Parts: sequence; C-alpha cells; structure tokens
Amino acid sequence: MAASIDPIHQFELKPLVSLGHIGNQEIAFTQSALYMFAAVGVIAFITIVATAGRSVVPGRMQALAEVFYEFIADTVHQATGDKEQRFLPLVFSLFMFVLVLNLFGMIPYAFAVTSHLIITFGLAFLVISTVVIYGVMKHGSHFLGLFIPAGVPKPLLLIMVPIEIVSFISRPISLSVRLFANILAGHIALKIFAFFVAQLLLAGAWSILSPLPLFLTIALTALEFLVAALQAYVFATLTAVYLADALHPGH
Amino acid sequence: MAQPNPLTTPPPGTDTYAGKGEILHPAEQHAFPPFETHTFLAQIVWLALAFGLLYYLMSKIALPRIQGILHDRATRLSADLDEAQRMKAEADAAGAAYEKSLNEAQGKAREIAQETRNALSAEAETKRKSLEAELNQRLAASETTIRGRTEQAMGNVRTIAGETATAIVERLTGQAPDQASVERALNATAH
Repeated sequence: MAASIDPIHQFELKPLVSLGHIGNQEIAFTQSALYMFAAVGVIAFITIVATAGRSVVPGRMQALAEVFYEFIADTVHQATGDKEQRFLPLVFSLFMFVLVLNLFGMIPYAFAVTSHLIITFGLAFLVISTVVIYGVMKHGSHFLGLFIPAGVPKPLLLIMVPIEIVSFISRPISLSVRLFANILAGHIALKIFAFFVAQLLLAGAWSILSPLPLFLTIALTALEFLVAALQAYVFATLTAVYLADALHPGH
Repeated sequence: MAQPNPLTTPPPGTDTYAGKGEILHPAEQHAFPPFETHTFLAQIVWLALAFGLLYYLMSKIALPRIQGILHDRATRLSADLDEAQRMKAEADAAGAAYEKSLNEAQGKAREIAQETRNALSAEAETKRKSLEAELNQRLAASETTIRGRTEQAMGNVRTIAGETATAIVERLTGQAPDQASVERALNATAH
C-alpha cells in the first residue's frame, strides 16, 4: 500500500535480467529497455509489416504509416527546405520513438520511458551531435557562422555572439527537459488525483466529494494523451529546425 | 517494498550519489528514479541499441518502401489522369467527326430531296400540260361535233317544220301549198 501511494514509485526501473556490472553501474535488462524494444517492434510493425503489400489502395495500417511519413516529410521539408531529405530517417525515427513511448506510458500500469531525463537527454544529444558533426563536415569553419547573426553592427556582435552560443548550448537541455518534465509531471499529477479518489472513498462522509478528483483524473488523462502526441511533434519539429542549421549555418 | 531494488538502491560503498540521495530523501529507501545517475549508463546503452535498431530499420527498409509506395501511387495516378485526358480528347474528336458527317449527310439528304422534288414537279408540270392540251383538243373536237349536230338538228327541224306546215295547210285548205311559198314562210319565221 505504501508503495502505491508514492507517486514517484511508478518511475522506478525494475531489472528483468541482470547482465553484470560496469564499475558500480549494473547493466540489467530493465522494463524500460523492454518498453523501448517493444516500441521499436510496434513501429516496425506499422511501417514495415503493414506496408509489405505495397498496395496502391492502402489498408488501415499502411494508411497510418503513410500519414506519419507524409506528416514528418512535410515537417522536415518545411524546416530544412532540403529536397534530398537527408535527415528524414532521423526525424521520423525520433518522432515515432517518442510518440510510441509516450503513448505506451498512457496504458495503465505501464512504464513511461520518456519520463527519464537520461533517455530524453540521450535523444537530444544525438540531435545536437548530428547538427554539429554534419555542420562541421559540410561547411567546415563556416559552420561557426551560426553564431554570427548577419547584418548586425560589429560592436553589437560582442553581445550577440555569446547569446547565440548560450542559446545553442541550451538547445539540447531545453529539448530534453521539455519532454521529460511534461511526461513526468503529467504522470505524477494523474497518480495524485487518482489516489485522491481512493482516499476520499475511504474517508466516510467525505466520499461524496470523490467524483471531483475523478472528473479531474479523466480530464487529465485526455490532456495527457494530447501532451503525449504534442511533445512528440514538438520534439520532431525542433529537431528539424536545429538540423536546418546544419544545412544552412548562415542566418 | 520488502527487498531493495538493486537499481534504485545503489550498492553501499564509495558511491557519492548514494550519499547525496540519502541526504535529499532521508526517510525513503530510494531516491527520485529519473535522477539516479548510477542507472544512466545502462539506460543509455539500451537506448542506443533500441534507437540504433529503429534507425536502421527505418532508413534501410521502412522509409524507402513508403516513399516507393507513395511515388508509385503518384505516377500511377498521373498516368491514369493522362490516359483519361487522352481518351476524352479522342472521344471529343470522334464526337466532332460524327457531328460533321451528320451535318454533311443532312445537307446531302436535303439536296437529294430538293432535286427529287424539282424533278417530280417538272414531270408533273409536263404531264399536266400534255393532259391539258389533250383535253383542249377533245374539247375542241366535242365543240365541233356539237356544232355539226346542232346544224344537222336545225336542218331537220326546218324539214319537219316544212312538212308540218304543208300538212297543216293541206288539212285547213284542202290544198297543198307549193314548195316555194313554204320556203318563204320558213325563212320568215327562222329570223
């Protein structure tokens, strides 16, 4: 009972199979890893198994895969203006991964992988390293033009360049914290309000009030579904916007 | 929680984070799970494996396939539309040709009808004229016959009148009048 009251308990990692230690870090196959591979399986089912027929008139699953593809391709094209769509696989994978993991988190008793900062930071770090590595490989030192806004008088650059550098460095932080905090806070709020219902039902005459947190829980659940999809979209869109910098470093 | 979770409860010893966690949450057995740094390496490893697999599947299989499907559909649609456009043009041309030949046929039919009408009316005219002429001829012949018969009849009337007059005079006077006086009397009454 005590564990289920604790709204943090749901974020605990549970090792399913332990694989040994590196230093003091245990490498175990946790439920988090299981959910990640399950997400990969679901995405592969939608985008690979369901499209195996390559039908001109798509079935439901293939239509779903096509909708996701066109949506992300459109987003990437609008942000980067890149006809070859070199970053489409990355943005598409990120979007689907985050979306499916967020939605997994909405299943009762399921684990929300994206509520762990290290996961979202890992993804954000992947995005920023792609931007930096691709930008330097393609443009060399011109990539540093990213930090020098065009058409700004020279004295102002003294202020502008540090601001640009700070804003660039804060990108992976904001990208990862936004997703992590949204999912974490949403799940904590859901747990607390749902627990209110149970507590009020056990509180004698106060149980008349129990529908109030129940309605709030229902409303929050709907909101969390919205947040789950929206955060995946925001993550993908911002990734596309940052990747555009790697392609066109000049402002 | 009867037994400590090995991931959320760090192994005792030199781990500095475990110490921090105990200061932050002295009453609890475990710290805030998302900030437990000793789980980070394992999570990153699984993330890298899972996302690497996903990226490989998406970039090598899924996205090229969906792209191919969409491209095939677009080309097929435009090909079908072109085909439809071409067929429509053909149908339009056929329609125009039909219209043209119909007009021609109608014109020809009108011409033939006109010619036939003209020929027929000309024939009818000649027939009518010949008939008229014949009728006129017969009329003239009939008139001649009538005139001849009338004259003959009138001659007969004169003879009958002479004979009758002679008979009447003979009965009245008992004596037959001479031929000359009867002729005179007949000529006097005839005018």
